[in-house]
Amino acid sequence: MAVSASPIGQPLDRVDGRLKVTGRAPYAFEHRTPQPAAYGFILGATVAKGRITTIDSTAAEKAPGVLLVMTHRNAPKQAPFGPPTVPTNRFQRARPYLADDRVRHWGEPVALVVAETFEAARHAASLVEVSYAAEDKKIGLREHLSEAWAPPKIQVGLKTDTSIGDFEAAFASGEVTVDAEYHVAQQHHMALEPHASIASWEGDALTLVTATQVVSSARACVAATLEMPKEKVRIVSPYVGGGFGGKLGVRADALLSAFAARALGRPVKVAQTRQQIFYVAGHRAESIQRIRLSAGKDGRLTGVSHDVVMQNCPTEDYAEQTAAQTRSLYGAPSIRTTHRLVNLDMQGGEPVRAPGEAPGMLALESAIDELAVKLGMDPVELRILNDVQTDPEKKVPFSSRRFVECLREGARRFGWADRPMRPRQRREGSTLIGYGVSAAMRPNYINAATAHASVSPDRKATIRIDMTDIGTGTYTILTQVAAETLGLPTKDVTVLLGDSLYPQSPGAGGSWGAASSATATLEACRALKAKMDAANEPVALEATGSVKAMKDNPDYKNFAQYCFGAHFAEVAVDEDTGEIRLRRMLGVFSAGRILNAKTARSQLIGGMIWGVSSALFEEAANDARFGHVANGDLAEYHVAAHADVPNVDAVFLDDRDDKANPLGAKGIGELGICGAGGSIANAVFNATGVRARTFPITLDSVIA
Amino acid sequence: MTPFTYERAASPEAAAKAVAERPDAKFVAGGTNLVDLMKLGVEKPTHLVDVSRLKLGGIEETPEGGLKIGAQVKNSDLAADPMVRRRYPLLSRALLAGASGQLRNAASTGGNLLQRTRCPYFSNVAMPCNKRAPGSGCSALGGFNRNLAVLAASEACIATHPSDMAVAMAALDARVHTVTGAGEARTIPLADFYRAPGEDPRRETTLGHGELIAAVTLPPPPKGRQVYRKVRDRASYAFALVSVAAVVDGEGGEVRTSRLALGGVAHKPWRAVEAEKALTGARADGEAFAEAADAAMKDARGYGHNDFKIELAKRTIRRTLADAAGRAA
Ligand SMILES: Cc1cc2nc3c(=O)[nH]c(=O)nc-3n(C[C@H](O)[C@H](O)[C@H](O)COP(=O)(O)OP(=O)(O)OC[C@H]3O[C@@H](n4cnc5c(N)ncnc54)[C@H](O)[C@@H]3O)c2cc1C
Ligand code: SF4
Repeated sequence: MAVSASPIGQPLDRVDGRLKVTGRAPYAFEHRTPQPAAYGFILGATVAKGRITTIDSTAAEKAPGVLLVMTHRNAPKQAPFGPPTVPTNRFQRARPYLADDRVRHWGEPVALVVAETFEAARHAASLVEVSYAAEDKKIGLREHLSEAWAPPKIQVGLKTDTSIGDFEAAFASGEVTVDAEYHVAQQHHMALEPHASIASWEGDALTLVTATQVVSSARACVAATLEMPKEKVRIVSPYVGGGFGGKLGVRADALLSAFAARALGRPVKVAQTRQQIFYVAGHRAESIQRIRLSAGKDGRLTGVSHDVVMQNCPTEDYAEQTAAQTRSLYGAPSIRTTHRLVNLDMQGGEPVRAPGEAPGMLALESAIDELAVKLGMDPVELRILNDVQTDPEKKVPFSSRRFVECLREGARRFGWADRPMRPRQRREGSTLIGYGVSAAMRPNYINAATAHASVSPDRKATIRIDMTDIGTGTYTILTQVAAETLGLPTKDVTVLLGDSLYPQSPGAGGSWGAASSATATLEACRALKAKMDAANEPVALEATGSVKAMKDNPDYKNFAQYCFGAHFAEVAVDEDTGEIRLRRMLGVFSAGRILNAKTARSQLIGGMIWGVSSALFEEAANDARFGHVANGDLAEYHVAAHADVPNVDAVFLDDRDDKANPLGAKGIGELGICGAGGSIANAVFNATGVRARTFPITLDSVIA
Repeated sequence: MTPFTYERAASPEAAAKAVAERPDAKFVAGGTNLVDLMKLGVEKPTHLVDVSRLKLGGIEETPEGGLKIGAQVKNSDLAADPMVRRRYPLLSRALLAGASGQLRNAASTGGNLLQRTRCPYFSNVAMPCNKRAPGSGCSALGGFNRNLAVLAASEACIATHPSDMAVAMAALDARVHTVTGAGEARTIPLADFYRAPGEDPRRETTLGHGELIAAVTLPPPPKGRQVYRKVRDRASYAFALVSVAAVVDGEGGEVRTSRLALGGVAHKPWRAVEAEKALTGARADGEAFAEAADAAMKDARGYGHNDFKIELAKRTIRRTLADAAGRAA
């Protein structure tokens, strides 16, 4: 690319694309080790709650190639997990494994078997006999609703309950009201790359190659667990095959490989199988949500209420921000929201792409459609009518809110005007066709990050930051930002990521990764460029640059910072069988400055596809008799296949948010999934007249 | 995975003998089902006899105008074969509705017939399951049984046979040709090939241990239009909730002959003989198709999560018969 063209924003191909397709971008499990590695296989508990009474590992220890069977009897001393509430980052707390004889959920690791090969370890694991004293367990959200409790706070430090105005009075006197309960199933991240790690020790220093989204959290967690100084832990995570929140924290593979490698004095590799990942990587907890809306006959909202109950585990208090969008999406004089948890004997909920926002908006955007139907109003117009420019709860202006433009532009491009207002109006033979719309909204965050930039005498630049690229294109956008700032061609910029030797970033998560690491890179390159311009002759130079966290940035207090969008979907429903198939989908987004048009579009359509998937397919079937996930593999836990998403497109408004950061860029990784499923559910209603309130919407609910 | 030894068989007879001699030996062809189950500890052969390189490929016309399909013909090759596509489109469509392109490239005709159930409790060795561990109970009763049987299940097991190909073959009156462990050739009509779950759901077919499938033959195609309809939870890469293979000769508005087979509803590809009887001589109209659907599902029974399949099957049968007859449902 010519130096003169502005690299930022260009649809530059992934700079690591060639390495990836030729197999030279190693994922955690594929790294070479200094000495031959041994392989560990995790054995999971087969009760949901209880105590291990005996473990007979004699046969396993005698099996060919076996080096070690680690259980709570011989695991190293670790720091305790601590109380459910963590004052700081939950992913930096100690995560003890094999620390005692207790089983807290099905699949919790009870042993690690290490052998010369993966196959030998796996076979030997099947020979370990574990007996349990099982205890009464609680499984089933609906069955235990009476035990719901209010956590002190919800995610990102938000208030558990909020209320403005007098909702009950508004609802009682509402001219048109909706009162509906929605159910969203437990869903799983299922990144393509399974959780995997390789640990090797040199003296008292550990190098852990692991699949993680946040290098500094991984480092802190491992150090805290093993009660060792952080400086003695090096985390290496240059390529990550998807995270979606499932790799915000380190898992059993990381810690158990570290324990075993120290015990054996040689590197140990541990990868989790797809089946195991259903129990050890967190999930989007099941939710039951009640939404009540009241409006005047003109469609103006007078009250909005959103009550959420979600599953939690007894050892943590993870409450998603499921009703948080409801506090800011539509203007109404009264808005109330509540969050409650029900403790069940399962692994706890954890962030999954757009935590809370995704299931919450699935429900809210269905409810808004229900209101539009009752009002006999176009759901696009209803949304536009209730748009606000000041955050109803925070009472501060939005830094930028082009929601209405997204709706109008989307409606125009999609051909929304052709949509039949009433259901069952359009058919092709025995296929019913329907259109649906929904809103997208996601908070914009930024966190503290520092980057290091250097240039060699021959004007080749290198950027170093411990940021990870979890498949989103971080290598590429940082290359573009550095090239533009330094005035170099992108081919002369090398970006190095995913190593705790590099300056700290907040990692990839919460959609803050691009803005935080790109701003730090921008600042480092600005400083470096100044030095380059000052130097008379080509010399080696370096500089660092940083960005502050949003808590230290007044623009994040004085303005409500969000990204917006609108989803439009067309579905076809087979009247005989109830099969729902997406035909086409369009998202129009206002998401700040786009750093790379190609990778950004991929992020958005990826999110939209997951929205389709969670509305139509994804459901972990928790079997209350055992406490396991009955459909725990990818043949039965369905995610959208290619044929399910034939035509999905994302379009960006030309945008730049000067309140967000010097680049004007915002976080986009989670925006696409927010609300996306709502457009599907609403399209299904438009096609069939069947209002689905249980997600995923399966064909039996349509033909019932 | 239990450690195992491995050999490549030199001939069908040698393969059959090698497996017959060892109770814990198994054939492996594409391995797409067996190897998965070995990793999960469901199948634990200590010796594998690889039959994938035996000269059992090839698709040939038979003297009576049918087709002979070698046991090692890959699912993708069978689906793409011009003779199959022209004369047995039902089979081609059923194959293409199954699994994924990659799996079909590896999956063999013999292996497809013998793939095991997709009951989620069968593939999880921590679960009681009579099919895997006789006498331990059936976890699918009272559990998640969305993809399990509504026809001819037993109290011991409500598993379904997951194959699409076999449903089409059932409708086409296929015959399975084998070599027994003693080296003898045997022919088994597909209708007699699979067993009901009964008391001992471990045994799924009437094959003896070490009996090798060498080929499948199809008689000349039945008269009429052939339609395969698979209903599933997502658009591809999912097993059938219900599938219907129908062939209707309804020229002149009257059903002269018909074939109807169902997948996803029973322990075997289910030939709906009662429905075929009800159709013979009937007017090819919605009423007759509805009667046939009712006849096919007369003895159906749901187990909770799969109750909807009874109605779903009826609807799908009506629609598919109508499509095969070129009529409105
Ligand atoms: C994710 C996934 C999705 C799938 N979806 C579908 C689907 O939608 N529809 C569908 O129909 N199928 C589906 N399949 C199943 C697939 O069709 C089967 O796995 C495949 O047909 C098996 O053939 P194979 O040659 O690989 O058999 P193998 O795995 O090699 O063998 C299967 C069994 O047959 C025995 N065997 C093999 N060959 C012979 C022989 N010649 N004689 C005697 N015994 C023999 C083996 O001992 C073993 O017990 C799916 C599979 C997977 C993994
Ligand atoms: S249905 Fe059959 S395969 Fe499934 S658990 Fe019951 S016995 Fe096992």
